[in-house]
Amino acid sequence: MGQAVLKLTDVAFQWHGRTRFGLSVPDFSVGSGETVLLLGESGSGKSTLLSLICGTVLPMSGHVQIAGTDIVTLSGGQRDKFRAEQIGVIFQQFNLLPFGTVADNILLPLRFAPARRKRVGDARAVATELCSALGLPDGVLNEKATSLSVGQQQRVAVARALIGQPPLIVADEPTSALDANSQASFLDLLFTQASEHGTSLVMVSHDPRLGDRFDRVVRLEDIAKMERSAA
Amino acid sequence: MIFRLAIASLFARALTVGMTILAIALSVALFLGVEKVRTGAKASFADTISGTDLIVGARSGSVQLLLYSVFRIGNATNNVTWESYSDIAARPSVDWIVPISLGDSHRQFRVMGTTQGFFEHYKYRQGRSLDLSQGAIFDDLFDTVVGADVAETLGYSVGDPIIVAHGLASFTEHKDQPFRISGILEKTGTPVDRTVIVSMEAIEAIHVDWQSGARAPGQSTPVDVIRAMDLTPKSITAALVGVKSPLQTFALQRAINEYPQEPLLAVLPGVALQELWAIVGIAETALFAVSAMVVVTALIGMMATVFSSLNERRREMAIFRAMGARPTLIFSMLVLEAMLMAAVGAVLGMAMLYVGLLVAQPVIDAAFGLWLPIDAPTLREVWVVLAVVAAGAIVSIVPAVRAYRMSLADGMMVRT
Repeated sequence: MGQAVLKLTDVAFQWHGRTRFGLSVPDFSVGSGETVLLLGESGSGKSTLLSLICGTVLPMSGHVQIAGTDIVTLSGGQRDKFRAEQIGVIFQQFNLLPFGTVADNILLPLRFAPARRKRVGDARAVATELCSALGLPDGVLNEKATSLSVGQQQRVAVARALIGQPPLIVADEPTSALDANSQASFLDLLFTQASEHGTSLVMVSHDPRLGDRFDRVVRLEDIAKMERSAA
Repeated sequence: MIFRLAIASLFARALTVGMTILAIALSVALFLGVEKVRTGAKASFADTISGTDLIVGARSGSVQLLLYSVFRIGNATNNVTWESYSDIAARPSVDWIVPISLGDSHRQFRVMGTTQGFFEHYKYRQGRSLDLSQGAIFDDLFDTVVGADVAETLGYSVGDPIIVAHGLASFTEHKDQPFRISGILEKTGTPVDRTVIVSMEAIEAIHVDWQSGARAPGQSTPVDVIRAMDLTPKSITAALVGVKSPLQTFALQRAINEYPQEPLLAVLPGVALQELWAIVGIAETALFAVSAMVVVTALIGMMATVFSSLNERRREMAIFRAMGARPTLIFSMLVLEAMLMAAVGAVLGMAMLYVGLLVAQPVIDAAFGLWLPIDAPTLREVWVVLAVVAAGAIVSIVPAVRAYRMSLADGMMVRT
């Protein structure tokens, strides 16, 4: 395990909505190249934790360090740019802009991340390579995103997360929309590519059966404390 | 890339976007169309008389003089004596002078006595002359030239006899002296279309047996006697004057207005038309306001469309956010989208207007005598298009702010 790519220290978050909701993470870190499965039921604060990692919400106190930078100290715009540079995001489903082509979708994060864009070089060629490595058909780049099957769309989302080799990939139940067979082949591809690119992977799921593939399986309740009360 | 994606996003919602654009296009076409009609009507109005430097009549108001001498609306309160007329005509600065004598009618149309000079000097629509569609200008004492509307309404053709009635809306007719139509004028879109034109002498001739507005009983002068008489008029209603040099216009106007023997009034047709338009212009402003409201309505419709699209596009915005887009980008994309729709709508509206004009121009000219010129878009129209785009941007700020807030609150996590 190398240097920590992700490190949360004394993070405390409060949400004042219709219900009061608090989440605190005393200490959680992911090393470089490490793959971690975060297990948690729905409503256990998974989404909030991912939002904290990605910097779309800020904790009241504590530090969220990604690749050595404490994103809590960054301004909103800086955090957005930082996310584009350092984190590849894969959603549960509906990852792609339906009106864009596959190429549009894969290249989208590079639009917001100049350094990552530079690292890629010939972005289209890299995107083509990624697509074939992920078992997507030739010429898929020019297809409309919606013409692909759900499994193919998820793979495009992987290509998008990997392009430009960000140090961290965050995936939110990326297999829940897939059937068992597709799940397995999807994870195979994801793990192969992540290790090839030396990328750390944090995946959130409620499914403990996926655990074998990961370097580490962490139960959300072990690293985070959640409070929920009616306001 | 973002711009391309914004356009792709619009295409993906082709139906609603198309409807919105169509609504904007129609409203812009209506607005610009009203503008066209407005300026066309104003120009037509101003084009009723051109080439005339001064209108002279008995002292009244300038609008009143213009109304009865050019538009044949209302009546002169007084006449101008032949002596005064001759005095003015003899002034060195006067290039030409055409007398007008009004007061009689034929059916619902006014009869105007004048000289042949009228056909030579009366100009409309930037210097166009009166043309005959049939026949010739009057030659004989009892010849008449009728306007296009007169001929059309009453079904006249050259050679038909007509009888002139004394006064307006009168049942006393000058039956003893029937006229013959010698010519019919082309449609001009001016009050000339609704005028029966005879010579000054003819006006005198039909009133030979009349004294102080009533027919002298028992007298009927035979036509050949009338023809032998001196038919120089004793008075005229008004006169159109052309000066030799435009510089002399004001001096002549002053001289006429200060004419010691008789209270006279000389007006510049352009100035009087402006005064008249200032009165008529209220309707114009109302039209303008209504068509502007239609544009506003269409833009508010667009705002509603953008609003209603926000919920279904939450996912899209979350993807953008996850990829590193700032909330301001979401905001700008929505404003850009609205501006694109407004711009396409406005340009399409303009295109619709021009196509409409091409089709309707001859019809409108024939039916209303209103000539709507097809010119390159005026600066004003370009401003209208720009204003619509700007207004589109402004109204889209409301949904864009909402999208901004939503994307800040949602971040990249949307619970689907």
